[in-house]
Amino acid sequence: MNWDWENARDSIPLLLQGLLVTVELTLLGSLVAYVLGLVFALLRRSRIPVVSQAVFLLVEFVRSTPLLIQVFVIFYLLPEVGIRFNAFTTGVIALGLHYATYTSEVYRAGIEAVPKGQWEAATALSLPRGRTWTGIILPQAVPRVLPALGNYMISMFKETPLLLAIGVLDVLNQAKEQAAVTFRAIEPYTLAGLLFLLISLPSSILVRRLERRVGQL
Amino acid sequence: MSDSSSMIRFDGVVKRFGDHVVLRELDFSVAPGEFVTLIGPSGSGKTTILRLLMTLEHVNEGRIHVGGECLTHMPKGGKLVPANEKYLRRMRKRIGMVFQQFNLFPNMTVLQNITEAPIRALGLSKGEAEARAVDLLDMVGLTDKTTARPSQLSGGQQQRVAIARALAMRPEVLLLDEVTSALDPELVAGVLKVLKEIASTTDITFLCVTHEMQFARDVSDRVMMFDQGQVIEEASPEKLFTQPDHERTRAFLHAVLDRA
Amino acid sequence: MSGDYSYIFSSILSGLDATIEATLGGIALTIVLSFVAGLAMLSSSRWVRFVSRVYVEAFRGTSEVVQLFWLFFVLPALVGFKLIPLFAGIIVLGLNHGAYGAEIVRGAVQSVPKAQREGAIALSLSPFQRMFRVLLPQAVVEMYPPFNNLFIQLLKSTALLSFISAGEITEKGELLRPVYGSKLVFIYGVELVWYLLLAVLITVVMRFLERRGARRLGREPAVRKRRRRVSQKVPDTTGAGL
Repeated sequence: MNWDWENARDSIPLLLQGLLVTVELTLLGSLVAYVLGLVFALLRRSRIPVVSQAVFLLVEFVRSTPLLIQVFVIFYLLPEVGIRFNAFTTGVIALGLHYATYTSEVYRAGIEAVPKGQWEAATALSLPRGRTWTGIILPQAVPRVLPALGNYMISMFKETPLLLAIGVLDVLNQAKEQAAVTFRAIEPYTLAGLLFLLISLPSSILVRRLERRVGQL
Repeated sequence: MSDSSSMIRFDGVVKRFGDHVVLRELDFSVAPGEFVTLIGPSGSGKTTILRLLMTLEHVNEGRIHVGGECLTHMPKGGKLVPANEKYLRRMRKRIGMVFQQFNLFPNMTVLQNITEAPIRALGLSKGEAEARAVDLLDMVGLTDKTTARPSQLSGGQQQRVAIARALAMRPEVLLLDEVTSALDPELVAGVLKVLKEIASTTDITFLCVTHEMQFARDVSDRVMMFDQGQVIEEASPEKLFTQPDHERTRAFLHAVLDRA
Repeated sequence: MSGDYSYIFSSILSGLDATIEATLGGIALTIVLSFVAGLAMLSSSRWVRFVSRVYVEAFRGTSEVVQLFWLFFVLPALVGFKLIPLFAGIIVLGLNHGAYGAEIVRGAVQSVPKAQREGAIALSLSPFQRMFRVLLPQAVVEMYPPFNNLFIQLLKSTALLSFISAGEITEKGELLRPVYGSKLVFIYGVELVWYLLLAVLITVVMRFLERRGARRLGREPAVRKRRRRVSQKVPDTTGAGL
């Protein structure tokens, strides 16, 4: 089978449509992961042992099991108990939750990297605990972890195609549709691969640049 | 040009790191069996001289000869070109080095550290290499440590193993790079005692960088005062330590001996 | 009733073989590719470095699912024969994770102190001997924690093989879903517990290897601290640190 330029050209509009969905999923999923990850990280430091241990177990469990099955659980199992999401929302929640377990570790490391003296100084100045977090600790911890958070967004971007299992029309699913119509798989699948490369390579370079900037902090 | 009476010879050696000139047209030579100590302020380029001889750094200009053979360049098609890895590897076998931080291999036992290079680089059998190693460990007083890992030894013991490791290659030239600087004060004497013994019982040529002035005085045949990339004075230890000619030498010795 | 549960359990269990084979096969290929490409990236030959860099960037830059679809649906059209699903799955798992592993190997070798290389040069060891006798044995200990993460990531990725009907756990579960729609909690529960067990198993083995390796270098393994280290270059995308 040879490369068919016509088929390649024909598949591009659909693929770009799919790419838009993929990018939307990634951005929304990352937003959930960034917020929820911070919540997990803070709860892990809770002074109530039950809370911190429960969060620890939840994080380890989600991290250690396949995202695909988590997608199935949200999409097929939750409706049984009356919670129903469409495929797109399921994708955002599943990606967000799964990656929140990664980002919570990133935040944790960032928080631990803030020197102990900063906490002691805050105590010595009688700052309230909330203000210590928002005014002292997080402003120092978050910039350092931005590159790691960026890398996870790129990872998530590359993982979204598995949502075709529940019918999300992302890049790969559009390629699959195109292949089913024309009986030619080579062009749409190859172009889908190139689209991923086209976005993730420059993004990685951006993150690397960010890393260097952060390294100078 | 070929001067077979010297074991080490630097001819117009220039070494730069970026814009910083570390060695400026340096000339000096060391006779076979001679023990030469380099002293001088830190950052003056003493360690660079040793690293150039060990080919851990490469000259920008000039030539270095070891045992009558050029170290930095090799003959090819009738002219001299920068030495390649294969040529360097042959030359390196004539030279050993003991480092400030010992640089023992943590993944090997004491015995393996000593036998590794004789087996791999010289092609000795395991039995021969181990026999050599046992003799050397006896000499440095560590026969009971053959199966220990470097991390289980004190700094002084590690440095004595490193000395044995270098000697196991039977080098013609031994480079000592501040070998006691990383040691706790009470461990220095043991290492220096071993070195003195080697210096007096072998015909190895030594080039030594040290801040141990008493040691330099005891073992050296010649001391070279080094500053700003140049030898500014050289003499027998008796002369250099008691009546140096150069003002900078006097100032340096004054500062060092005062501190001690 | 209980007959249904035991049927579901044994049905999912029948996919365990394929999941384990895909994981072990993928890990084996990952290790080989990681070392080949990782060492190639440290080569003195520009050409070798370029080829390995292209491999690493191509597989890290594209999606694993897309790679799987490409190998399974496109390649047969190009070369004229179709791979057995499980085999195709192992190849994609290995190629993909090998690209990440290559960066682990490269980074670990580069993190061995420069003094060790110099010590080896001073003893006239050849470049090959320096790498395989001195640098790599020390670097390997640094590799266990990131490889542990990578292998668990690979284990999780075996679920993607359900897309090409490789007969592993996830696919077995999905085949049950239409019939046993009222027992989804049990179906997914059994699947998740299997993955969790396998993940814990991988971690236990890797921790054992790491501790043994660290002892050989005479180091105390600072396990908890090291495992939690956040890598900025290769995202640490897994857990199973129970």
